[in-house]
Amino acid sequence: VENVRLLDRLSSRKAALGTLYLTATHVIFVENGSEARKETWVLHSQISSIEKQATTATGCPLLIRCKNFQVIQLVIPQERDCHDIYISLIRLARPVKYEELYCFSFNPKLDKEEREQGWKLVDLSEEYNRMGVPNSYWQMSDVNRDYGVCDSYPTEVYVPRSATAHIIVGSSKFRSRRRFPALSYYCKDNNASICRSSQPLSGFSARCLEDEQMLQAIRKANPGSDFLYVVDTRPKLNAMANRAAGKGYENEDNYSNIKFQFIGIENIHVMRNSLQKMLEVCELKSPSMSDFLWGLENSGWLKHIKAIMDAGIFIAKAVAEEGVSVLVHCSDGWDRTAQVCSVASLLLDPYYRTMKGFMVLIEKDWVSFGHKFNHRYGNLDGDPKEISPVIDQFIECVWQLMEQFPCAFQFNERFLIHIQHHIYSCQFGNFLCNSQKERRELKIQERTYSLWAHLWKNRGDYLNPLYRPDHSQTRGTLCPQMAPCNFLYKFWSGMYNRFEKGLHPRQSVTDYLMAVKEETQQLEEELEVLRERLANLQKSQLNDYEVKSKQQDRSKQLGLSTSDNSLANTPQEYSNDLKSFPSRSPSQGDEEDSALILTQDNLKSSDPDLSATSDQESGVEDLSCRSPSGGGCLPSEDSGKDSDEAVFLA
Amino acid sequence: MLRSSQPLTGPNRKRCREDETLLGTVLDEKERGFVIDTRSAQVAKQARMTGGGTEPKSSYPQWKRLHRPLERGRPLQESFIKLVEACNDTSINMDRWLSRLESSRWLSHVKAALSTACLAAQCMDREKASVLVHGAEGTDTTLLVTALAQVILDPSCRTLAGFQGLLEREWIQAGHPFHLRCSRSAYSHARLKQEAPLFLLFLDCVWQLSRQFPFSLEFSERLLLALFDNAYASAYGTFLCNNEKERCLCKVKESTHSLWAWLNEPGEKKKYLNPLYSHNALVIWPSVEPQSIQLWQGLFFRWIRSSQHLDEAWAEIQRLVEGD
Repeated sequence: VENVRLLDRLSSRKAALGTLYLTATHVIFVENGSEARKETWVLHSQISSIEKQATTATGCPLLIRCKNFQVIQLVIPQERDCHDIYISLIRLARPVKYEELYCFSFNPKLDKEEREQGWKLVDLSEEYNRMGVPNSYWQMSDVNRDYGVCDSYPTEVYVPRSATAHIIVGSSKFRSRRRFPALSYYCKDNNASICRSSQPLSGFSARCLEDEQMLQAIRKANPGSDFLYVVDTRPKLNAMANRAAGKGYENEDNYSNIKFQFIGIENIHVMRNSLQKMLEVCELKSPSMSDFLWGLENSGWLKHIKAIMDAGIFIAKAVAEEGVSVLVHCSDGWDRTAQVCSVASLLLDPYYRTMKGFMVLIEKDWVSFGHKFNHRYGNLDGDPKEISPVIDQFIECVWQLMEQFPCAFQFNERFLIHIQHHIYSCQFGNFLCNSQKERRELKIQERTYSLWAHLWKNRGDYLNPLYRPDHSQTRGTLCPQMAPCNFLYKFWSGMYNRFEKGLHPRQSVTDYLMAVKEETQQLEEELEVLRERLANLQKSQLNDYEVKSKQQDRSKQLGLSTSDNSLANTPQEYSNDLKSFPSRSPSQGDEEDSALILTQDNLKSSDPDLSATSDQESGVEDLSCRSPSGGGCLPSEDSGKDSDEAVFLA
Repeated sequence: MLRSSQPLTGPNRKRCREDETLLGTVLDEKERGFVIDTRSAQVAKQARMTGGGTEPKSSYPQWKRLHRPLERGRPLQESFIKLVEACNDTSINMDRWLSRLESSRWLSHVKAALSTACLAAQCMDREKASVLVHGAEGTDTTLLVTALAQVILDPSCRTLAGFQGLLEREWIQAGHPFHLRCSRSAYSHARLKQEAPLFLLFLDCVWQLSRQFPFSLEFSERLLLALFDNAYASAYGTFLCNNEKERCLCKVKESTHSLWAWLNEPGEKKKYLNPLYSHNALVIWPSVEPQSIQLWQGLFFRWIRSSQHLDEAWAEIQRLVEGD
């Protein structure tokens, strides 16, 4: 469709005119006339909702909201075209069969072996070995080898040695969805472990001998402690309500030596609404500070993030400081349980703070343990009530930790953002379906590519320059302050306002420091070479050799010369009063016309004015293949200098 | 950019030829200028009753007046006190933290100050127009705007030396009454009428700029904290008294040491430098969206939470940049 306008979300005067294309996998907007042929690509999988707005004089507005928080506003000249596009997008954004998803057509031009290698990059059996199992207390059980006991669990689970197949099967019958207690993390220093399950089907008074034996086995697998924590991550009221439905929680009287604990994290519906409210705040036009803070608090989002974090901290402390094992569950053991177990593991074990370790963590606690990616993130069209930002919350917990401990993670913010992006993009096969069983049935590994391999290949973009394995902050257990620390939770504008370039600094500290690091390394290598040469020459006593020293302006070399126009930023519309004055030609460094527009005279600063140089970054073009059949995936969203990502060290 | 205090138009709309001529000489024949009044239109109008007022259009035809109310005085001090109380309150749970933060309105003041300074800068840089800034007395919000606008516009004000010069010029010499404004700070129960944290607000705004432009300021947060400390209580005479006249009368220069002299000693100086600094010749335009304005944790939580991890991070940055 031609003559479509793409509006800048906040500043209506920044509309770009171009042509809209719909392909099998993407929506593409190509701007007319610009030499750079600016394109905005959006994967259908990313589309969360489409809204047709009231027709105005200029055309029919269509608002596309994406799961990665990009919001695209188009104005289609003809109502009929707009309607057609709307209907098409609705269908395209709600695939019915897995085969419709992008990952089945995506072709990064790798051969079969490379694809296989990519899938082997993360190996969970290696991970369990690294943790220290199997050992005298823990062993791998193949009781679920055909998914006969629990179809949402992996084929390989680790259980205490004393837990026989009979006990496991018996316990599974007493657990919601058959999700029996299994090992999530083993701490070899003190034998404490984190196990996970779903809620027991205890109702008001039901008991199960095998389930009680299972918990006892877990407790005994840790000789250093005479009791076991059982942590129910639900609010007490919800757990109690479940009893009426024949489910519930463990009664301390029935299970020997357990200490039961509720840590109230709200359910998926509350979280879905919370995110919705927060995004509404993000969509406010020129909000005041009050609007923003009230809106943010009203959404409750940061409160939920803190609740998840606090639960993780509790469990990490239990394991590291008290040396007590913990059994974690929620209702079905695939949402809050996953969040809390992975946060706790991250706090406990520095390995999970490395890039590879983080991938392993997600693979273990989310992918293998049957987190319902399809239902939660809408790979296929399904029940909207199942949709919830569960893994998004976990990823945000990691970011919050990165802000508190800037040296502790090997990876940077961009790594987290790209992972979140691909959970929704369905460009890779890692996050499809609801369980390992489903993925194997669909032969995902033979038909799609692994995200981990892709990220690993581009790992240079994802490194945290401040990370040093020997740094004190990096080693051992992370201990975030629990209280008072409300203020430590910040709004993650890098994620929720990701595509609003005007909000982010023009230069990324991370990228700059990475460049410095690389350059230092290069110079050091050069220095070594020169030193050797000098030594050799001195040996052969050539007096007339001159070593030329190079003077290099470091910042120029790194391409960070600040007289470079591409670093210029442009002002927001701080005022509407200047309209009566003729606009002058822009000052040095800016390509933008500075004419201001005008709605009404008010104190609140108005809309951000995005510089023309933000062109390359507006869309997802770099993350998805330009042509599904064609070339490779461009690794990172940014083109170096104009990066919008930043690590803030406040 | 010019600054002054309010014109004394009074209820009878007095005129002053000299004042009109003075402002007239600033502009060429066809040029226009802006007057940024840091009071609301209503407050400015009411000021006439007590002898003050605004520049009437008819007498100053080449000047367009813009009103950008900025908080000052008692309400600003209250805002500060409320914020500090909220920060210290360990009993608040996450549910109410943001609304406590909001009800102090401190961040709104930061946003307003930055917006107004950006407006002044925009007038000069984009519209190539001269700007006159004033409030009532010309000693508080006026200086906030002119000083901040210069940091935004002028790269030399972002150097360590230039920033000190800016402070000396736009705050100290310009007569911001430090003695009155920075006497007891947020914990004092004596609610002094003249106390108001304008200077802190300025430092907060500069900190916001340093966060949004991490490469563009030659000095670090540490300098801003040191300035905050010294404005309230200092071993040096730089921030004493309320204006040059008082400083002369008290013989400050003869009997005290200068803060600048100490800060610039080689051993001291390096503590205040930003390892990421790289001269940026351009104007820096901050985003004043609420998401872009953050609470200055380094100041407000200075004694509440450990800065260890952040300090370690900065040490690492220093190490990387210096090529250790």
